Amino acid sequence: MPVIKDAVCSLCGSLCDDITVTVEDNKITKIENACILGHSKFVGMFEHDRIETPMIRKDGELVSVSYEEAIEAAAKILVSSRRTLSYGWCSTSCEAISGAIQLAEETGSIIDSTANVCHGPSALAAQEKGSPSASLGEIKNRADVIVFWGCNPVHAHPRHMSRYSSFSKGFFTEKGRKARTMAVIDVRKTDTAKLADKYVEIEQGSDLLLVTALRSIVNGHEDVIPETVAGVPKAEIIELAETLKNAKFACIFFGMGVTQSRSKYKNGDAMSSLISDLNQHTKAVMIGMRGHYNVTGFGQVATWETGFPMAIDFAKGYPYYNPGETGANDLLVREEPDAAIIAAADAGAHFPQKAVRHLARIPVIQIDPYANPTTELADVVIPSAIVGIEAEGTAYRMDAISLHMKKLIDSKFKTDEEIVKDLTEKVRELKRGA
Amino acid sequence: MSEILIKNASVCDPAQGINCETMDICVRDGKIVDSVSGNAKVIDAEGRLTMAGGFDGHTHSAGKINVGRFINPNDARKNLVPGLSGQVARTEKTRAQVGYNTPNTYAIGYRYAKLGYTTICEAAIPLLAARHTHEEFKEIPILDKMGLSLFGSNWQVMEYIRDKEPEKLAAYIAWGLKASRGYGVKIVNPGGGEAWGWGKNVSGLYDPVPNFDVTPEEILMGLAEANERLQLPHSVHVHCNNLGKPGNYATTIETMKLFEKVKPSRDRQSLHVTHVQFNAYAGTSWRDFETGAPMVSDYINGANHLTFDLGQVIFGPAVTMTADGPVEYANSRMLHEKWSNQDIELEDASGVVPLFYSPKSFVNAVQWAIGLELALLVKDPWKIMFTTDSPNGGSFVNYPEAFTYLMSAKRREEVISGFSKMALDRMVLPGIDRELDFYELAVMTRGTQSKIYSRPEKGNLKAGSDADIAIYDILPGQIDPATEYQKVKKAFSGAAYTLKDGVVVVKDGEIEATPKGRIYWVNAKVPENIDSTMQKDLDFKFKKYYTVSKSNYMVEDMYLENPVEIGTEGVF
Ligand code: SF4
Repeated sequence: MPVIKDAVCSLCGSLCDDITVTVEDNKITKIENACILGHSKFVGMFEHDRIETPMIRKDGELVSVSYEEAIEAAAKILVSSRRTLSYGWCSTSCEAISGAIQLAEETGSIIDSTANVCHGPSALAAQEKGSPSASLGEIKNRADVIVFWGCNPVHAHPRHMSRYSSFSKGFFTEKGRKARTMAVIDVRKTDTAKLADKYVEIEQGSDLLLVTALRSIVNGHEDVIPETVAGVPKAEIIELAETLKNAKFACIFFGMGVTQSRSKYKNGDAMSSLISDLNQHTKAVMIGMRGHYNVTGFGQVATWETGFPMAIDFAKGYPYYNPGETGANDLLVREEPDAAIIAAADAGAHFPQKAVRHLARIPVIQIDPYANPTTELADVVIPSAIVGIEAEGTAYRMDAISLHMKKLIDSKFKTDEEIVKDLTEKVRELKRGA
Repeated sequence: MSEILIKNASVCDPAQGINCETMDICVRDGKIVDSVSGNAKVIDAEGRLTMAGGFDGHTHSAGKINVGRFINPNDARKNLVPGLSGQVARTEKTRAQVGYNTPNTYAIGYRYAKLGYTTICEAAIPLLAARHTHEEFKEIPILDKMGLSLFGSNWQVMEYIRDKEPEKLAAYIAWGLKASRGYGVKIVNPGGGEAWGWGKNVSGLYDPVPNFDVTPEEILMGLAEANERLQLPHSVHVHCNNLGKPGNYATTIETMKLFEKVKPSRDRQSLHVTHVQFNAYAGTSWRDFETGAPMVSDYINGANHLTFDLGQVIFGPAVTMTADGPVEYANSRMLHEKWSNQDIELEDASGVVPLFYSPKSFVNAVQWAIGLELALLVKDPWKIMFTTDSPNGGSFVNYPEAFTYLMSAKRREEVISGFSKMALDRMVLPGIDRELDFYELAVMTRGTQSKIYSRPEKGNLKAGSDADIAIYDILPGQIDPATEYQKVKKAFSGAAYTLKDGVVVVKDGEIEATPKGRIYWVNAKVPENIDSTMQKDLDFKFKKYYTVSKSNYMVEDMYLENPVEIGTEGVF
C-alpha cells in the first residue's frame, strides 16, 4: 500500500506541499493534511464531470474519437486559422505551459492566461511600480501585522492562515495568532473578517481612495484627509496606518477584490507605493493571493520565454504585448479570433457574454480533464490527465516559489504536456504537407 | 566520429602562452585533439583571431532576471545594439527573441554565442528558489551553465558560525549546493540580507547581524573555511558590504585583507570579489564622491590571494538586480524608480530596480571610469574577469563596446571628452594610457575564468579541452585596436564562427545550430556522521520554520539538462 508523503496539492495558489496520500489499486484511498477543497480534488477526481474520451463535434453532437483523430482535427483547425487565441493554462504544469507557448509561437497565435480575469492588473501594477514581496515563510517567521485586502482565504485558500499567515508560528512569531494583529479590508464582513482584530468596511470600488489616504498618513500628511474616505472614518484610517507603521514586519495580502474592482491596476500601483513608503518606517511587503494553483507559473514561464507575463501576440513572429489590445477578452469582444484553444480553464463560464458569443461562432479546441460550460462551445474536446495527481510537473506558489508536483496514480489520459507536444508535431506535419 | 580541422587560425590562448600565432586546431567528438584524419571537415580561419569560447563568470541570466523582465516589459523592444537586442522573429533555427538588458532565455543563449561566448555562470541562486533558476537554464540554448548558491545571510550558516561548529557548517554548505545544484558559495552583503528582514542593513565587517550574534567578518571567515574544507572548485564569491556607497573602498580593502589568512585548499585564489566597480568608491557622500580605484588596485597589485571582476558600467538603461535587498530599496528611493523585492525565508533577500547611466551625470561618469581604472591599474590580467555584472552595469551585449575602452586610449578619450569638469576631477582614468592587447583580453574573458572556477577544460585550446572555439573577423598584426576600434567592436559583436563542443553554432554572426549545453554542479563529500547530525538540525528548521518540506526543497534530477556532477573530497 504505497503512502506518498509531501505531495503537492494542485488546487489553490497556496500549493501546500505536505499532503500524505495513500494509494491502493491505483486509487487514492486516504488523504491527510489537505483542506476541504484540496481533499475534494484528490478524492473527487472521478466524481466530478470527467471527460471520458476525446470528442469531435459532428452534426452538432460531440462524438467519441481516438486521441489521434482529435489531435488531427485540432491541428487542422490551427493550420487553417489566421488568428488563433490560446487561453487558460493556469491549472496545468509549467512544462505544458512552455509547450503551449511554443505552439502559439509556431502558429502565430495569441496566448493569454486566466490572469486576464483575475490578477492581470497586478502584473500591470508591478510594471508601473514594482512588486515588493517576500516568500511566504517570511510572513510566517516575522510578520506581526497581517492585512487581507479584498480576499477571503477562509474560503479561497483554506490553509493559508494556518500554514503561512495569521495562525502560523515561526522563529520570531512563536506566539502565532496571539501576538499578531490581523486586519481585513473588504466590502462585506467575510468569514475571514470575522477572525480579524480589525475589520475595515470599505465602500465598493474605493480601494484606491483608501490606499491613497493611508499613504498620506504614513508620509505625515494626515491633515489632508477628509472626515471619511471610502466610507471609512478618518480615525479608523489613522489607526490602521499607525498599526502598519508600528509593525515590526507587515504584510498586505491582496486579492481580486482589489485587482478587479474600480481603478484596477492603479490599486496595485498605489499599494506598491504604500509598501515602499512604509519601509521608511518599518519592514513591509505585499503578496497577491493567486487563485489557481499555477497561475503564477504561467506568468513566470511566459516571462522567461517571451519577455511578457500574459496577452502575448505572436502574429509578427516575435512576441508583442499590449494588454487591453492583446488580452483574451479584448480579442473576443472585437470578434477577432477565428479559432481558439481553451485549456485548463473555463472561458465559457467566466467570460463576459459578448466574448462567449464569439467563442460559440468559431472553432474551439478544449483541453481539460473536466467537462464544463466551455465543452458546450467546443468542436474538439481533448481530455487530459490531472496534474499533481495523474501527471507530474512544476507549479509556482503565489509567492513565486516553484515546486515539483508528483504523479500519484496512473491514468489512461494523456497529459497536457503530451497533448501539446502531439499537437505541435501534427501542426508541423500538416504545414510541411501544405 | 566527427572531426574538424580549423586551418590557419591566429590563435590567442593565454593558458598555453600562445599569443596570436598562426596554427591549426583539431577537433574530434567535441574535444580539442592533437591531430585529425584526412576526413576532417575543414574550416579555413584565414588568419583570423581565434580564441577559446568566452566564459562569463558573473552574470545574471536566470532566476531574478525574470523579475527584471516582468517589471520592465519596455525592455523587450529596446534595440540599442542592433543584431544583439530588440525583437527578432522566430526562424526555422531559432525561437523568437526580445529584450536588451533582460532578454528572454532563448535570446540569452543566441546572443552570448554570437559574441563567441559558450559558458556562463549565474551569480546568485537562492536555495529555496533554485528550481526556478534551473527551469530557466533549461531554456537557455547552446551555453554551458553553472550557478553560485547564496549563503551569506542564511540562518543555518550564521548559527553554525555563532556556535562554532565548522564541520557541520561545511556539511550544510555541501547539502545546500546539492539541494540547489549550485557550483559555488556566493556571499552577498554578508549579514545584510538578514538585517533587511527587519528593514535594516549592516554597516560593515564588524556590525552585528540582528538576532544572530555574528558579524559579517565571522560569516566571511566561516564560509571561507568551509569552502576550503570542502575543497570546492571555486573560492567564495563575495559581494562586499556597503556596495554602492561612497567611501566603501575601505570596506572592500578590509574584506580583501581578511582573506590573506585563508589558505586555499586547491590551486586557485581564496577569494573572488565581484563587481568591484560598485565597491571602489571614495568620498563621504554623493557630493564629494570620487574614484577609489587607485587604492583598491594598489592593494590588489600587492596581493596574490584574490581575483575580482569589474562590473563595468555601460551608458544607457540598465536593470540592477542583486541579493543585496537594502541596496535596492535605497536605489529605488533615491532614483524614484519602481522597486521589486523578494526576501527568502531563512536565507536571504533580493531586489530589482531599473536605472539609467548617463554620461552627463558626474556620478555615472565616475562609475564608468572606475571599472576601466580597475582593469587598467591592476597589472596582472590573471586577477581580473571582465564583466558588466550583466545587466547591473549594463547588458552583456555591450561587451564588444567595452573591449574597445580597454584596448584604445583614443576611444576612451572620445567618451571622456563628453564628461563634465566635475566628473574629470573625480577620476584618474584620463591619466592612464595603458591599452590591452588581444592576449590580455583573452585572459580576462577566458583564462581567468577557467582558472578560478577550476574548469581546466574551459577557456583554453589545449588538447583535451572542450572544443568551444570562437573565430573573430580580425587579422591580428594587420589591425591596430588602438585606432581601429570600430573594427574590433564589429568583429567581437558577431563571431565569424563559434563552435560549441565542436558544433558550429554561429557562422558569420548568425545562429547555425542550437544544441543544449551542460549544467555543472558540485557534489562535495562529507563524512556520514557529520552529515547526519547536521541533517537533524536541518530537519528541525524545516519542521518549524520553512514553508516547504525538505524533500520538495531539493532540485530534482529532471530539472538538469546534461548535468555534470563535480565531486570533491572534503578534508575533515
Ligand atoms: S489551502 Fe489550497 S493548496 Fe492547501 S490544501 Fe487547501 S486547496 Fe490545497
